Amino acid sequence: MKPRIEVVAIDCLMLRLFDEIAEANMPWMLAASERLRASFAGNLIDLVPSYTTLMVHYDGLALSPVEARELIAQALTDLRPQTQNLGQCHVLPVWYDLSVGPELTLLAQRASCPVSEVIRRHSAHEYQVFALGFAPGFAFMGLVEEALAAPRLNTPRKRVASGSVGIAERQTAAYPAQSPGGWNLVGRTPSALFDRERDGYSLMQPGDTVRFEPVSRAEFIRLGGDDTPQEALA
Amino acid sequence: MSRLLIKASTPLCLLQDCGRFGVRHLGVTQGGAADWLSMAWANWLLGNSPDAAVIEITLGGLSLVAQDDCTLALAGADLAATVDGQVLKPWRSFALKQGQTLTLSQPLLGARAYLAAPGGIAAPQVLGSCATVAREQLGGPDGFGRGLAAGDELSFNGHAQPLRELASEQQPVFSPNPGLDVVLGAQIGAFSGQSTFDAFNSPWTLDTRADRMGIRLLGPALVYQGAPMISEGIPLGAIQVPPDGQPIVLLNDRQTIGGYPRLGALTPLALARLAQCLPGEGVALRPTTQEAAQRQMVGFMQRFG
Repeated sequence: MKPRIEVVAIDCLMLRLFDEIAEANMPWMLAASERLRASFAGNLIDLVPSYTTLMVHYDGLALSPVEARELIAQALTDLRPQTQNLGQCHVLPVWYDLSVGPELTLLAQRASCPVSEVIRRHSAHEYQVFALGFAPGFAFMGLVEEALAAPRLNTPRKRVASGSVGIAERQTAAYPAQSPGGWNLVGRTPSALFDRERDGYSLMQPGDTVRFEPVSRAEFIRLGGDDTPQEALA
Repeated sequence: MSRLLIKASTPLCLLQDCGRFGVRHLGVTQGGAADWLSMAWANWLLGNSPDAAVIEITLGGLSLVAQDDCTLALAGADLAATVDGQVLKPWRSFALKQGQTLTLSQPLLGARAYLAAPGGIAAPQVLGSCATVAREQLGGPDGFGRGLAAGDELSFNGHAQPLRELASEQQPVFSPNPGLDVVLGAQIGAFSGQSTFDAFNSPWTLDTRADRMGIRLLGPALVYQGAPMISEGIPLGAIQVPPDGQPIVLLNDRQTIGGYPRLGALTPLALARLAQCLPGEGVALRPTTQEAAQRQMVGFMQRFG
């Protein structure tokens, strides 16, 4: 870890902790987040984690840039990677099927394996939540194994169904609501990923881990899933 | 309680306040009034807190009828407002009697007007704010991100206030080709030397691709020479440069993280001014430092007491 503090706006400083995306970053990112929240306390407006950085948005009428830098430096003093409270592990049921995951075939071709093997491999790993962005509750997770990695679609879809699970490069994610999107779709989860009535709103928080569990169509429907084919939304 | 009945609206007439905070790490955008300063003045004219809920009217197209005698305040753009046909200039509070119609029809000066009501307009609080973000289905009169529509009835609980007008020396000036202060930072060091010169010495024109997520500027192509970026948090006002070299100023409804290189970010005062520019208008970018901009902002905010 090689922390650097960069100016990004009148009341925001970027704390850059790493240069590469890695699962091993997360215990440090979580520890730094916790320390920053404590040191800025009521003067913290937002803390935005993403892969290798923590953007600190503080109250610029209460703190000068110099004071904000001092608080960051103080938060980093003797920083140790977090060993406890590493985030929750979520198991997301996923109905892997061509009707809701049209790119299953493409990924199988790219990996030179049957579709069932793509499903087995995608659901075998416990993924890290690196960041949330793009939409409320949209969690960027990784790392997907190299063989399943695939670039985004050349032309993004205008409508991706809510709950769709996709792959882009070595990342995987689930769409919390219907939206445009360019990820390679492999299945659909019935889980509510963002709920304004829930404490904490988002099912997944930065630093959590996620495992996808293949379920049958019947189980998917029983859990409240909507099996409208992706094709019907195009 | 006083009520206002919306007779006509557009998807650009929105309930706004200062936006959502403490939820950016969940991918929730900030939202809130694009011209925070005009919103603050509209509220100040009624003795409201600066971030009480208001109506943001972009370009016009709003018409409403008072269901009760009331006092309202108008600030920001001159959108050719009338009360029962009588001209109403912004930067003042005014009385609207039961049955009278307030109409904002078209931009004469600026782009966004703010209509405030005593105590703030009542609206459901969603994730701590009523700010309307259609894309995220958050805020607005129904809480699900909808803009105002004909037939909506808005209410507020504050009492009529003595009429006030903002002193002319306090009124923001919307003169052409404004200079917009940019806090230098982020990846600015990784742009070509010519590009950093061009950024601050060329006229920029607002593109028609402009909304509450961002405003694209047209001018010389800026060239980023750094390594590809890993997505990181994006502050309000960030000036990002996609591969075509045409910068985009990111506004209140921007996505929370992104991977395009940035020159820095506009100051809050520059953002308020930009929010009043229309497509085709020119702006200039002026470099400043975080320290200087922060001192200026602290001084500026003292006028709100």
